[in-house]
Amino acid sequence: MTTHDNNNACCAQDVKPERVQAGRTYVPFVDIVETPEELLLLADMPGVSSEGVDVRYERGELTIRGTVKPRQEAGTRYLRREYGVGDFHRAFTIGEGIDAEKIEAELKDGVLTLHLPKVRALRPRKIAVKPT
Amino acid sequence: MLRRNSLLWNPLDDLQRQMGRLFDDLGFRVATELGGAATFPAINVWEDQQSVMIEAEVPGVRREDVEITTAGDELVIKGSRERHDGAERTYQRRERGVGEFSRVVTLPCRVDPEHVDATLRDGVLTVRLTKSPEALPRKITVRTN
Repeated sequence: MTTHDNNNACCAQDVKPERVQAGRTYVPFVDIVETPEELLLLADMPGVSSEGVDVRYERGELTIRGTVKPRQEAGTRYLRREYGVGDFHRAFTIGEGIDAEKIEAELKDGVLTLHLPKVRALRPRKIAVKPT
Repeated sequence: MLRRNSLLWNPLDDLQRQMGRLFDDLGFRVATELGGAATFPAINVWEDQQSVMIEAEVPGVRREDVEITTAGDELVIKGSRERHDGAERTYQRRERGVGEFSRVVTLPCRVDPEHVDATLRDGVLTVRLTKSPEALPRKITVRTN
């Protein structure tokens, strides 16, 4: 019997960010939650509307990108400035245990939610014991 | 033109702000626990001739879960972000804070409490406060003798 490393199969790991675009890009905060059926990825992307979000999955790499339109004029003089406004970008490698075809995304109130369902073989199954 | 008051700084708050900028320069946002932390949400403040604008990033906070009050020269932003816990949920990573938050902002000038306008869109809260007439810039005519 071969053993599968289930933890690794359904794990999302950070990929080093690549910086190619002009302007400042921010790394969104994420939660990655594992349930018996799926991995759930939540990313804080304030200021991103549904037209500005881009989710891609290619060769085991999941990339999330959010475009943020400037909200203030370029020359705004802030009395107080605690955060910068810019695009969001983060990438993860996803284990083979994820059914890439069935990845779903939704965006609400500046939070991106990704549903990454596990392949059927990795989902827990209850085996019914037949009466003899 | 009259010189406007600058914001009153709290030294500790200022230190946190500087650390925030440091992380910001690295492209990372500062991880803050929402529970009772004075620094969530982070704010940006700017003004024009008639108004003071305060913007805060509050992703995942619903309109009904945020409360804004003004008293004197202070504005308070209160709210909460939902907790999603369950027996069958294991966190592989947890960077987003949950729970209640409250932040007091000292306003740079007097404002008209009747004219405060707040909007929440895509997780960004924007509060526009209209300056009181006495806080508006005035041109002083210099008389000749």
